[in-house]
Amino acid sequence: MAGKTLYDKIWALHEVRRDDDGTALLYIDRHLVHEVTSPQAFEGLEIAQRSLWRKRSILAVPDHNVPTTGLELGITDPVARLQVDTLNQNCDKYGLTEFKMGDVRQGIVHVIGPEQGATLPGMTVVCGDSHTSTHGAFAALAFGIGTSEVEHVMATQCLIQKKSKNMRVTVEGRVAEGITAKDIVLHIIGEIGTAGGTGCTIEFAGEAITGLSMEGRMTVCNMTIEAGARAGLIACDQTTLDYVKGRPFAPKGEFWEQAIAYWADLHSDPDAVFDCEVVIDALDIVPQVTWGTSPEMVCAINQCIPDPAQESDPIKAGGMQTALDYMGLKANTPIDQVFVDKIFIGSCTNSRIEDLRAAASVVKGRKVADSVMLALVVPGSGLIKQQAEDEGLDQIFIEAGFEWREPGCSMCLGMNADQLGSGERCASTSNRNFEGRQGQGGRTHLVSPAMAAAAAVKGHFNDVREL
Amino acid sequence: MDKFEKFTGIVAGFDRPNIDTDAIIPKQYLKSIKRTGFGVNLFDAWRYLDPGEPGQDHSKRRVNPDFVLNKNPYKHAQVLLARENFACGSSREHAVWALMDFGFKVVIAPSFADIFYNNSFKNGLLPIALGSELVDQLFNELESNQDYQLSIDLESQVVRNTNGIEMTFEIEEFRKYCLLNGFDDIGLTMQHAETIKAFEQQYHEQLPWLK
Repeated sequence: MAGKTLYDKIWALHEVRRDDDGTALLYIDRHLVHEVTSPQAFEGLEIAQRSLWRKRSILAVPDHNVPTTGLELGITDPVARLQVDTLNQNCDKYGLTEFKMGDVRQGIVHVIGPEQGATLPGMTVVCGDSHTSTHGAFAALAFGIGTSEVEHVMATQCLIQKKSKNMRVTVEGRVAEGITAKDIVLHIIGEIGTAGGTGCTIEFAGEAITGLSMEGRMTVCNMTIEAGARAGLIACDQTTLDYVKGRPFAPKGEFWEQAIAYWADLHSDPDAVFDCEVVIDALDIVPQVTWGTSPEMVCAINQCIPDPAQESDPIKAGGMQTALDYMGLKANTPIDQVFVDKIFIGSCTNSRIEDLRAAASVVKGRKVADSVMLALVVPGSGLIKQQAEDEGLDQIFIEAGFEWREPGCSMCLGMNADQLGSGERCASTSNRNFEGRQGQGGRTHLVSPAMAAAAAVKGHFNDVREL
Repeated sequence: MDKFEKFTGIVAGFDRPNIDTDAIIPKQYLKSIKRTGFGVNLFDAWRYLDPGEPGQDHSKRRVNPDFVLNKNPYKHAQVLLARENFACGSSREHAVWALMDFGFKVVIAPSFADIFYNNSFKNGLLPIALGSELVDQLFNELESNQDYQLSIDLESQVVRNTNGIEMTFEIEEFRKYCLLNGFDDIGLTMQHAETIKAFEQQYHEQLPWLK
């Protein structure tokens, strides 16, 4: 009998029951909750007079709507304020753990889960947010769900699920100097496409992946959803344990010993069989910049924007032309000749301490180009902000001409005041370059923190390794 | 949830791949704490020429006359025809709520993003995956017939055009059963409450640090 994949193992441990057609009930360990996708779920429970199955599985935090400046004023948008107030009221009513605005532990839900040790290896983790895939970096089966499923987990601690397929993406060898986790994952998405992982759980493997820090692994798993897969996974190893140990929600003492003995099995068996395998040579990876309105529309910094006329599939070619028109770009333009108006360093993809250090090391002693209207750095949590300030990173950014903001989702999706204006072009460390994502008419180019910093300094995209 | 009944409805086509949920319902409308009222903002950035905000009187906005859902008969469309990877991106169930609030009951595409596919069934929206060639054929028929309609029969898993040509589609038994009966998932799962309790107890004995 073939060995088991990491996904097979975590699934088996959490399967409560299964019907003949494969429809199963999957037990959920950790439920992360934020203000946008939960109010209708709480309301649904109330209408049906249902109670919460396991309150202690929930960790809640407002993030999407919170302002990143002028916190003393509170949220000035009344519609956004009502949503955050509703979360506060629901958490108070049911006695749920919530890091409210003003709490130093508040931040982006996918940053604070790991930061607090609330995400642990081997867990099932869900949240009403597609970037829940982030937590797969801890060998946890983690995926985004809709509001009806949020309500379902609250009421039953389970989800109705069918097992997905096993896919493995192996990045062989070590990446070249200056190549980051973001470049790795954008390159992967460029290779397999934005639907390349649909119906699958993707395990990331290979030396280039295991060589990443936990921050880097979270960046890779975070963007698994942009490759169509709900969940990404990376095996548990010493890097994982070193990160988790001592965090507030992590097991302590005897429990820690028991846990790490159990976690030692959280990897795919050597003879495990995957439904689909993709192998990528790490040395093929060059700093990446997206040029279109889907994360798969990506090229290397030394390349030109592709030409729809060269695409043989007419539907794809049409999609490319629509994207170029929206982005205000011409085919065959070298991507390093594209100028930007704004810089955004933040989001659940790239707002952790390592990301801020990488960007700061690029801008240190340099200035944001005059042509750049606004350059933002938004730490992923209050604790990261504090740590960055202890390391003096805030001063480096401020001296270079960046704004140093309070934690939140910020300009990743423009549900708060941080938005792009119509036609504005942004080098962004976030995860989606969809039309209007960062503000109606806004034009997003996804890059790593180092590449965003390099674009800030020169005013146009450029290879950070040559700066 | 209402039972999913057989119907014949007008088809509106969106001939582009990878339509994302940010396009289906833009972020500013996610600030609502309700499940209703999203239909007027479905495809907001494509449907209107001016930027929209929640709470505004959308009937007074400048409408994009070229956008399919602003034209007759598509204002009354019940079947949305699209390309690969429909509704990728954000997990927002608001995308399903907006489509249904507008009047859509079915989306036909070669493939769907996983989260959207799942969310659809929780609300009574039926996503039908047909092969790319069949979808091509439907787009061709739509192009040559403005009042193009399709009949959808979930019970027999058939899409039928006005010429009586039938295309069958696959659907998981459990999902079909829930849609046809209008069953609420939570109610069904609660029937297994004792099994869940027993599982949980044994699970936490095995992994006590998670208790």
